[in-house]
Amino acid sequence: MKIVHTDVLVIGGGLAGLRLAIGAKRRGHDAIILSLVPAKRSHSKAAQGGMQASLGNVAKGQGDNEDVHFEDTVRGSDWGADQEVVRMFVNTAPKAVRELAAWGVPWSRVRKGDRTVIINGQKVTITERDEAQGLVAQRDFGGTKKWRTCYAADGTGHAMINAVADQAIADSIPVHERMEALALIHDGNRCYGAVVRDLVSGELSAYVATATAVCTGGAGRVYRTTTNAVICEGIGHALALETGVSALGNMEAIQFHPTGIFPAGILVTEGCRGDGGLLKDVDGHRFMPDYEPEKKELASRDVVSRRMEEHIKKGKGHQSRFGTHLWLDITLLGEKHIHTNLREVWDICHYFLGVDPVKEMIPVRPAQHYTMGGVRTDASGQSATLKGLFSAGEASCWDMHGFNRLGGNSVAETVVAGMIVGESVADYCDAIANAPTVPMGLVREFVEREQAKLAAFTKAGGKEDASVIKGEMQDLMTAKVGIFRTGADLEEAVDKLQKLLVRSRSIGLRSPTLGANPELVTAYRVQRMLKVALTVAYGACVRTESRGAHFRQDYPQRNDAEWLKRTLATWKGDADTLPTLAYEALDVGRMELPPGWRGYGAKDYIDHPDTPARQSAVEAIRAQHAGDRFATQAALMPYEHLLPEYLRGRNERIDERFADGDRPAAATTGQ
Amino acid sequence: MTMNATPRNHRKLRFHILRYNPAKADDTPRVQVYELEEAPGMTLFIALTEIREKLDPSLQFDFVCRAGICGSCGMMINGRPSLACRSVTQSFPEDIWLAPLPVFELIGDLSVNTGKWMRGMSEKLETWVHLQQEKLDFTRIEKPMDPALAEEVYELDRCIECGCCVAGCGTARMREDFVGAVGLNKIARFRLDPRDARTDEDFYELVGDDNGVFGCMSLLGCHDVCPKQLPLQTQIAFLRRKMVAQGTKG
Ligand SMILES: Cc1cc2nc3c(=O)[nH]c(=O)nc-3n(C[C@H](O)[C@H](O)[C@H](O)COP(=O)(O)OP(=O)(O)OC[C@H]3O[C@@H](n4cnc5c(N)ncnc54)[C@H](O)[C@@H]3O)c2cc1C
Ligand code: SF4
Ligand code: SF4
Ligand code: FES
Repeated sequence: MKIVHTDVLVIGGGLAGLRLAIGAKRRGHDAIILSLVPAKRSHSKAAQGGMQASLGNVAKGQGDNEDVHFEDTVRGSDWGADQEVVRMFVNTAPKAVRELAAWGVPWSRVRKGDRTVIINGQKVTITERDEAQGLVAQRDFGGTKKWRTCYAADGTGHAMINAVADQAIADSIPVHERMEALALIHDGNRCYGAVVRDLVSGELSAYVATATAVCTGGAGRVYRTTTNAVICEGIGHALALETGVSALGNMEAIQFHPTGIFPAGILVTEGCRGDGGLLKDVDGHRFMPDYEPEKKELASRDVVSRRMEEHIKKGKGHQSRFGTHLWLDITLLGEKHIHTNLREVWDICHYFLGVDPVKEMIPVRPAQHYTMGGVRTDASGQSATLKGLFSAGEASCWDMHGFNRLGGNSVAETVVAGMIVGESVADYCDAIANAPTVPMGLVREFVEREQAKLAAFTKAGGKEDASVIKGEMQDLMTAKVGIFRTGADLEEAVDKLQKLLVRSRSIGLRSPTLGANPELVTAYRVQRMLKVALTVAYGACVRTESRGAHFRQDYPQRNDAEWLKRTLATWKGDADTLPTLAYEALDVGRMELPPGWRGYGAKDYIDHPDTPARQSAVEAIRAQHAGDRFATQAALMPYEHLLPEYLRGRNERIDERFADGDRPAAATTGQ
Repeated sequence: MTMNATPRNHRKLRFHILRYNPAKADDTPRVQVYELEEAPGMTLFIALTEIREKLDPSLQFDFVCRAGICGSCGMMINGRPSLACRSVTQSFPEDIWLAPLPVFELIGDLSVNTGKWMRGMSEKLETWVHLQQEKLDFTRIEKPMDPALAEEVYELDRCIECGCCVAGCGTARMREDFVGAVGLNKIARFRLDPRDARTDEDFYELVGDDNGVFGCMSLLGCHDVCPKQLPLQTQIAFLRRKMVAQGTKG
């Protein structure tokens, strides 16, 4: 049996995994990254639109700061987020953008003086300040009060992962490519690494580590129509689930992006609407202002997606040979803007639709986009139930997105969580240095168990076809566990998924070899994907309220009285066909921003009994510290102690200059 | 995405795929032909996925983003290195020939190890910003950068490391350690970046030889095949001039 030893095993080479590994390595711990594909090809590459950080450099971002970013994020989450984590995040995001700037990300920069932009369908002239010349620019994105989304043209994720992956190379961090983690090695209390399969040779080995971090990205491929890459299959979610001890949080919270191109589901960025693009129906009518007079096209994603589907249900969609869709119109932005700032959009329209978006409208319909739920961790990024297991990025439920994440908050989360959790991992490694050594018998047992599972597929007898089962699962998820959900649909989905899971236990292979074998990969993955799909569907079925992206037609109100709590799903036994659900209450008494109306979407919700008392307490504290936003915040909900020391401290802005001498301590990092 | 076939007469496509699994002791390279009915909007991603699901579960190829942005799916399509995911079958005749990219280590069938090659190139050319200072304070306002220069750097940063330029390059086929247009473009990118502390003297150390800019024969096989239309021709010519100048400086 081949065994590889390391201090830190990072499963996933996207932005989160890379940044986390760099942090741990710089603290003196060896790290190995595993990835299904070369790191730079991870799905982080696909982020087009941008990264939120309250720099406030552009005129339309003036007045932005951590407080505004915090409120936007909590409202966006429909109060499902952990507010302390959101605070940690918004305070670190500006530092992350600035670190990336130093590492070479070619952020688009502010040009001083006048420029013309499209706002609400109208040409508007904006004057950028002289002091802002050359600083990182921000664009508008859905669900935000200020222009806050930093970007590198429309290849933000591409540019970010180039810089971060290159830093990982500079730090000599090995990336073991085409390697797939199949199971976490653990004894029910502590995680010791993973069983790993070489996708080229088929060989299994054990990676034994002090700390293991799941940074495997999203699970979009459990759906048929998704913007996610083909490798976003939720295997990392399944790794945690299959331990039986670590929990997945809020898996029913799935985001649908308004503008997947129809029918392929490839994303065109929210930047299209941020920059002034409009949604139109079969009559060429701009319909969003009818539903959302305030934010219009730029309400949060869950709201826009729902309004689009609602409008289609009213018969206002355009019928094409593949089905019904709406239109995204960016022609009003002009050729120059599209060719410089939205070039990837032009490419996608050109190559995949044969459409020129300078002249024609783009066929779009909402598609699965983001997995808010994930491996449940505490604020430090560690599982509360399995020591030594960490998680960061889309795969985690840290939980800063609650039931809906804002555009631009995800790539920001990957890097910020990488910075923070990288430190926690290093702390853990430091602390555990003298702990008892790894039980090698256990390691052997785990490898043999996975070996046996794979061998079972290659034995004759199995009648089921893995790709057929996968297809049925994806169709079911898109049809029954989508944007509009009902008890009846969800029960049907849960029932059918359970049957598929049972069927998946008798998959047979047409080409039964253990080496490089794409069919075998589909077979073992689909079993895991079904468990993930079931946690989504079952969680949605039990949650009888609507919150953020989870919308129940039979329970259209947000119900704080009963449901202001996080779903925790575990998979207790191998023979089970359903996850075990438990709930973790969110404490209104500690919230900086007590639940209320989001500012868009439905206005009626059922209050939590503690909300009025907390609301008056918050108002009193605000009155007491009026005029000093830092003192107010500290009195409302202290969080800085949760941050690694070097990430504490304020962020300088044009409108909040540090006076000489009052520079906060800490906050420097080595290269 | 499955396209529901409309009741029209669709072409029968014949895919001629070069197959070989170097991990199998008894395997030999051969061309296998698969027939498939064309569907509207069909890309090679859709076609190859369908072949694998319905006709041959053992066929190896790589797709990740299926949107032309990750660089995974470079292959020889009718003799030309291209991204398979954004190649629509309509633009080809009924017979489509697919082969793995040359130069790179073959994993099996259409799958090659561009990742390993790119990592080696990056380590050799040190393709990262070499910071000017040891300590940076990220609580302070970032250093301004000329917006036009930022755009220029972004232009060169758009490379997706797909390897098409390497596969189309005569020098790369002959000279194992040649860094390719992709490598030369990266040097041009970091040279342009004011945040990188390196000088032409440093860059000369990295590419001032036959495995670098002087190995390039300027045949421009690279320029024409780059799916991101990077300005490889002008960048290589410019870099060569700068490196000649640096070399003659002594
Ligand atoms: C089309 C698109 C556009 C987007 N645009 C934006 C945007 O503009 N702004 C924004 O904020 N967010 C955006 N997002 C969301 C954001 O890009 C992702 O949430 C984020 O990049 C995820 O990063 P990550 O590091 O968590 O995971 P990923 O980048 O997905 O990386 C996951 C890694 O895990 C590896 N892996 C997975 N399973 C295993 C396994 N079993 N064993 C070993 N390795 C494994 C993979 O190889 C990969 O390296 C977009 C998402 C999509 C789909
Ligand atoms: S330069 Fe162009 S062809 Fe070469 S690797 Fe980069 S994107 Fe591909
Ligand atoms: S110009 Fe020719 S020799 Fe030079 S890198 Fe391009 S293809 Fe290779
Ligand atoms: S699959 Fe990503 S470029 Fe083709």
